[in-house]
Amino acid sequence: MNNDYEYVPKNSFTRWLDTRLPILRFTNEHILQFPTPKNLNYFWTFGFILTFFLITQIITGVILAMHYAPNSLLAFDSIEHIMRDVNYGWLIRYAHSNGSSMFFLAVYIHMFRGLYYGSYKEPREVLWILGCIIYFLMIVTAFMGYVLPWGQMSYWAATVIINLVGTLPIIGDSLTQLLLGGFAVDNPTLNRFFSLHYLIPFIIFGLVFLHIWALHVPGNNNPTGVSIQGKQDTVAFHPYYTVKDFFAYIVFLLLFCYFIFYNPNALGHPDNYIEADPMLTPAHIVPEWYLLPFYAILRAVPDKLFGVLLMFGSIVVLFFLPWLDTMKVRSARYRPFYKMFFFIFVLDCLLLGYLGAQVPEGIYLLLSRVSTFYYFAFFILIMPALSRLEKPNPMPIGISNPAIDQNARLD
Amino acid sequence: MQNISKILLILISILFLYGTSYASDDVNQETPKILKPGFSFEGPFGVFDRSELRRGYQVYSEVCSSCHSIDQLSFRNLIQKGGPEFSEEETKRIASQYTISDRFDDYGELIERKRLLSDRFPSPFPNKKAAMSANNGSYPPDLSLIVKARVGGHNYIYSLLSGYEETIPEGLEVSGILSYNPWYPGSAGIAMMQPLYDDLIEYSDGTPATINQMAYDVSVFLSWVSEPELEVRKKMGFVVIGFLIIFVILMYLSTRRLWKEVH
Repeated sequence: MNNDYEYVPKNSFTRWLDTRLPILRFTNEHILQFPTPKNLNYFWTFGFILTFFLITQIITGVILAMHYAPNSLLAFDSIEHIMRDVNYGWLIRYAHSNGSSMFFLAVYIHMFRGLYYGSYKEPREVLWILGCIIYFLMIVTAFMGYVLPWGQMSYWAATVIINLVGTLPIIGDSLTQLLLGGFAVDNPTLNRFFSLHYLIPFIIFGLVFLHIWALHVPGNNNPTGVSIQGKQDTVAFHPYYTVKDFFAYIVFLLLFCYFIFYNPNALGHPDNYIEADPMLTPAHIVPEWYLLPFYAILRAVPDKLFGVLLMFGSIVVLFFLPWLDTMKVRSARYRPFYKMFFFIFVLDCLLLGYLGAQVPEGIYLLLSRVSTFYYFAFFILIMPALSRLEKPNPMPIGISNPAIDQNARLD
Repeated sequence: MQNISKILLILISILFLYGTSYASDDVNQETPKILKPGFSFEGPFGVFDRSELRRGYQVYSEVCSSCHSIDQLSFRNLIQKGGPEFSEEETKRIASQYTISDRFDDYGELIERKRLLSDRFPSPFPNKKAAMSANNGSYPPDLSLIVKARVGGHNYIYSLLSGYEETIPEGLEVSGILSYNPWYPGSAGIAMMQPLYDDLIEYSDGTPATINQMAYDVSVFLSWVSEPELEVRKKMGFVVIGFLIIFVILMYLSTRRLWKEVH
């Protein structure tokens, strides 16, 4: 990066500190003065938003854990104790449960942003992979968190998902028992899920630091996908992006508050307000909305093991994006065909989400299969093919230089 | 701002898509559309009507409570703001009508005492088995969360309680001990017999106790039992969202002013 900014300690204390723990230098270089492309649009505000949501989830989660009882006989009632007896317990719990939905909403926009503008491409492969690990851990954490209220959906979603693990060859049986702590979802399952649900967010927190570190080595991508060429292309992160990101965060917070205060149960399933009953299976077992696309992929194929492999494969494939899409041009702005397939892909993911909530029969099953095929085809067939065949549109030379780059077309 | 509206549009369409997808999953095709008589606590500024809550409590305690518990509710909840707001004396009197044996005397014998404000409502049956054996093998569900635990919420409860029908439509088999109710999912019969009849109880405020009136009032009461924080929540939401709207305008103006020199 260009290092034409320098931290100069202003008084004797900061000079003293700077030679011992250069934390102020670090803050200055990585938060305050960090050179950021000046043309980032609002899709780039979600990293900031996600950081805040992670912190919100951790704070509300820690408070909830003070009042929650991770025991299958007490869990359901302890949630109601939080809702009714703990001061503002309903606020903390609704913030936590809706917070996870907001977290996933933001992470999906963040990921689609990366997909559209080619943010996973060289030199940001590690940044992207760290993001994929964070996303996977988020899914694990959210799934375990969903089990904690010990409602009907908690119990049966856990039963369904853990049974799926059992279909894996060789390790399946022992892995299932390890997850369950027995032979069915029961108190030991709840205990370990609680323990891990508390642990993993802190691992995510650490990974977020690595993610930001990996971001700060090459610097931000930007809507043109053209690399930063000099000082004329950047502004300092503070105040320009702290203010802009905070504005976007407040807009997102408005949506969050609408759910907390006016529609707190809209994103959950009513069955989870019925205490878990191992003798009574709900009519339809569905996961939370943000996992529905994977549920649709799972149920799209008749073979259980193949479904499981596809479901995990749909996340694993994300790790290989930098090597599936080898096109040098990053931004979809200059790739008309990629752009088209990308938007079909977005619609495909939304459709998969819708199908995940339906019973896989008739037209729904057919649609699940078609959209599952497209999901994988987009990564495995379309991306490599477009990398070879697509002729990108003319591109600007630099972020602040709109002149067309004549050489770029020769690639 | 060029794409913040785009982002908002995406957010809203995603939420709409998923909001409707769950609903379409659960509403049984054969059941008629749930009745929506309109309740005072709906909408962002809706609050409970105290007299409806009190009448609803009367219906619960004189009718429903013979089979259904409300385990999560304490007597003190009846006093708190946003609820029926009974007076403390009145609530103490209600609580003292019930007893509980939860501690031992010096000889190890259980002591029976009158319930206090801090105690929970008593269950009509000592345990689940007893409840099932007294109800032809069906368990009358606890009503503490019933409004949140059913698709359609309070409208479903109202439809169900006011919607019992004597005549079973042709082609439907409803076994002898079950009753027919078109709103009950599956429509194969509900174990609860029609609980409400005109003038079954006498309202203390003189309101005529029709089936619909009682179904309505008890739906209001059960909504409060499910969400006792509803009024506090909406009031706080108004303040929080009001604050955020002012804040977001200031943040927008700051952002615009700051970025003017850059573009």
